[in-house]
Amino acid sequence: MSHEHVSNTRRIWLVFALLSVVTTVEVYLGITRPGFLFMHNFLSMNLLNWVFIILTVYKAYYIVWAFMHMEGEKASLRWAVVGTVIFLLLYLLFILLVEADYVYEVFKNATIKWNF
Amino acid sequence: MGATVTNTNTGEKIWGGGNEPMGANYGKLMMWFFIVSDALTFSGFLAAYGFSRFKFIDNWPIADEVFTHFPFLHGVEAPMYYVALMTFILIFSSVTMVLAVDAGHQMKQKAVAIYMLLTIFGGMIFVGSQAWEWKNFIKGEYGAIETKGGSIIQFVNNKGERVKLEDFAVQLPEEREQLKRSNGRWFMSEETLPTYSVAEVQAGFKAHPEMLVRTEKIYRDTKEDIANTKLQPGLNKNKHREILTRAESDIMVSNAHIVVEGANLKRNEYGSKLFADFFFFITGFHGFHVFSGVIINIIIFLNVILGTYEKRKNYEMVEKVGLYWHFVDLVWVFVFTFFYLV
Repeated sequence: MSHEHVSNTRRIWLVFALLSVVTTVEVYLGITRPGFLFMHNFLSMNLLNWVFIILTVYKAYYIVWAFMHMEGEKASLRWAVVGTVIFLLLYLLFILLVEADYVYEVFKNATIKWNF
Repeated sequence: MGATVTNTNTGEKIWGGGNEPMGANYGKLMMWFFIVSDALTFSGFLAAYGFSRFKFIDNWPIADEVFTHFPFLHGVEAPMYYVALMTFILIFSSVTMVLAVDAGHQMKQKAVAIYMLLTIFGGMIFVGSQAWEWKNFIKGEYGAIETKGGSIIQFVNNKGERVKLEDFAVQLPEEREQLKRSNGRWFMSEETLPTYSVAEVQAGFKAHPEMLVRTEKIYRDTKEDIANTKLQPGLNKNKHREILTRAESDIMVSNAHIVVEGANLKRNEYGSKLFADFFFFITGFHGFHVFSGVIINIIIFLNVILGTYEKRKNYEMVEKVGLYWHFVDLVWVFVFTFFYLV
């Protein structure tokens, strides 16, 4: 191991506090569902869902960087792991979600009623 | 040859192995690559869930109405509290794991053992909580009816509050015995019979003129929805399920086909059939990961106690299993968002 191992207990507890606060905020928003976020859309998804997704990615960043100690790894390892997953995931989501929206439109505008 | 930048002079064998191009040794690198492939598997599942959800965006169950239980609080609506608690337990077990790794770097055998043990307990509590969550999900609470067209209808009173089947269904003098393997041929059996028959629910609905039917479809404040005369005026709220007028409710109930209580892989009382399938499959797959993580943690814990890593003079195995454990936590963060929040 090239990088030095100093005890970073303090940082671990700080990250834990951060993750707890973010989770609490998520749960609070999930229970109250404030109208100004829930009823307004951006890119055909409501703002509340965007907030949830951004907070989730934020938590994921801290879990990978601090707990899995990605910050101490070489740039090549970081890119090999994170870059691969993010690229393939965005590609998959783009294709599947666009297709799903299309299927929804087909069902909605069809002359045949499929669920009654 | 002058352009090739190899440090053959230093005597390091580039092709003969022994060097670490990514600064991580073999075991750790392979753990990372395993995590990449597992992350892509989970991404595939969650993307498929997203596909089905976008496809049935107008009639997907609302998580707040499905997961409302908390231990020892019977009949109290507690959406999300329990799953939030589970999330905290898993995050905390991640913290104890990273503390174990940290103690391992300082060769503190006793501290590693204690933190590993705490991690194992956290994992066990989480798996147990998930089992309890599944139990409530499978058992259901209110019950519903599946119509001949395959949609799920639920029952509400004139204030729009949910009503349980047991609160209005009547007891009719009819006998329907469950076909078991013991009374027919060995291959003959049938699904568990619901508590009430379709006729009993229909009779109960007729006897309660104030009751209405709530469909799977989600009401939105569009012009079409406002002008829809089939919907009960005053009760429909934006982004909640549509409540029909009594006349329309009667038509729906007369179309009843099957009484649905709780959830299984074929149908569930919450709405879209795919919802329960995805719930069982994705949380089940994650739960299985937690379970195997606990087993691996126990093995590593025993090795710590036996002093294996003390003899080896490094605790990197703890770090490797820690990577896996954090990954399981990471997946849960996403499952939590997409099943319970969004």
